[in-house]
Amino acid sequence: MERIPILKVGQYLLITIQVDLHDKMILALQDELTNMIVKTGARGILIDISALEIVDSFIGRVLAQVASCAKLLDAETVVTGMRPAVAITMVELGISMKGVHTALNAEDGMELLNDILHRDEYAHDFSAIN
Amino acid sequence: MPSTVTKTPEIIKKNEQEMLEDWVKQQKKVLQNRIDHLSESTLKQQCKEFLNQFQTAVQSGEMKDIDQSKAWDGVRRFLAELSRSRALASFSPSETALFVFSLKQPLFTLMQREFKGEELANEIWTISELLDKLGLFTTEVYQQSREDVIRRQQQELLELSTPVMRMWEGVIAVPIIGTLDSARTQAIMENLLQEIVDTNAKLAILDISGVPTVDTQTAQHLIKTVSAAKLMGTQCIISGIRPQIAQTVVHLGIELDNVITKATMYDALAFALARRGWHVQRVNGASSSVEKLARQTSNMSGNLP
Amino acid sequence: MLIKASVKRISALLGFSLVNQTKIITAAAELSRNALIYADQGKFKISVLDDTRRKGLQMIFSDSGPGIENIEQAMKDGYTSGHGMGLGLGGSKRLMDEFDIKSAIGVGTTISVTKWV
Repeated sequence: MERIPILKVGQYLLITIQVDLHDKMILALQDELTNMIVKTGARGILIDISALEIVDSFIGRVLAQVASCAKLLDAETVVTGMRPAVAITMVELGISMKGVHTALNAEDGMELLNDILHRDEYAHDFSAIN
Repeated sequence: MPSTVTKTPEIIKKNEQEMLEDWVKQQKKVLQNRIDHLSESTLKQQCKEFLNQFQTAVQSGEMKDIDQSKAWDGVRRFLAELSRSRALASFSPSETALFVFSLKQPLFTLMQREFKGEELANEIWTISELLDKLGLFTTEVYQQSREDVIRRQQQELLELSTPVMRMWEGVIAVPIIGTLDSARTQAIMENLLQEIVDTNAKLAILDISGVPTVDTQTAQHLIKTVSAAKLMGTQCIISGIRPQIAQTVVHLGIELDNVITKATMYDALAFALARRGWHVQRVNGASSSVEKLARQTSNMSGNLP
Repeated sequence: MLIKASVKRISALLGFSLVNQTKIITAAAELSRNALIYADQGKFKISVLDDTRRKGLQMIFSDSGPGIENIEQAMKDGYTSGHGMGLGLGGSKRLMDEFDIKSAIGVGTTISVTKWV
């Protein structure tokens, strides 16, 4: 079976989904990703879906679950590059992807992760002072 | 049962010239005010062409299934073309259907002269049924062409009525004017999301000061648009909420909790600029020169007689 | 995946906009997943409709699974007896122009959806 590669860059994990997703593939990805977060202590996950032509309710649900798992392990998830037609269809379908951050492209997504993590650090410092 | 073998084509052929004149005269009587759109020679040409096609088709002997059969292809194609061109030239449906129906009188006069008794009855029955079907076909194509025109205009209207404007680096705005139904929401969403991709916008202002009323349906559409933009990583701000609309929204119990709302486009833009890290400041001295300019213009208008 | 490819090609040929193509393919994905989850196997039929004034694309999914007891309930968002998100039926209905479902317990379910160009 084809595998979706997970790249570790600094404290982030990067995933680019380039092929149409089979159910098994994305479930395997979910498993592997959770393991990787624990193993590497990653603080942020960036999933780029700009190559995806559709996101159905199953894929939407798995993405939301990945974000929830990551959150439990103290990592933030950002999904980037969703196509306009896909976004419109998802809204019509009723998928909200609560808890998932989004950005227009991978670069913006990276910036967003930096912002979120800095905000957190700032909050930590702040609480330490008080 | 009417016979399906008809001798009508023969008598048409024999008296073609006379019938053609008669038929054209019939139509001209009714189409008087259309004559500017349709010269007599064109009309004559059309009648002649139809008679030719009609005779060929009838000679095939296929009289029942004129909507499908190959033998009637020519007639159908000719009538469809005629109908479409008349629909586009704003002929009325009856003026269009008249083309076929007005053939009855000259044709039946001719048949009365040529046939007798039972044969006459049968022939008239067959031809009358045929012409009725062709008349209906003409009307149907006419209707369809008009619907095509309406559909195209609707599409054009949709495209015209949903501009997306670039306000600032990373900030775009959509002024929504008129009722927000599902077709318009689709068009707005498509334009907005494409513009987000094109301009790399981080914030989008949806101004609804031009929307007459907001009901549950409209709010649903707004929320959908906001959610779709959010999926692409863009935050929406809804502005232009008039006092009555604010009250309606509360009365209806519509939740706009996850949406940033501002009273005016001015507030929304100020918020967007601040959010993007911009600080707008009046340059020193600029205000006095603007005032000087204002004084000058007021003096000028004072000097006018 | 075979279904997806054929739906994509046919909807593009019919002249659907990119957004509508995406909606149709997504509905096909939802409904075929539905048939797979509840019935393990099913039949898929795609046809082009032409009622002379407009063209449309029709997809029919039929399976010989357990059938749906309460269709009204199954159409509601969030309802699921399998492991989907519970958006399959209601969501597909919203993505398409026409939606028709027939189901008999122990016999199977047939869902027919249409979108007009």
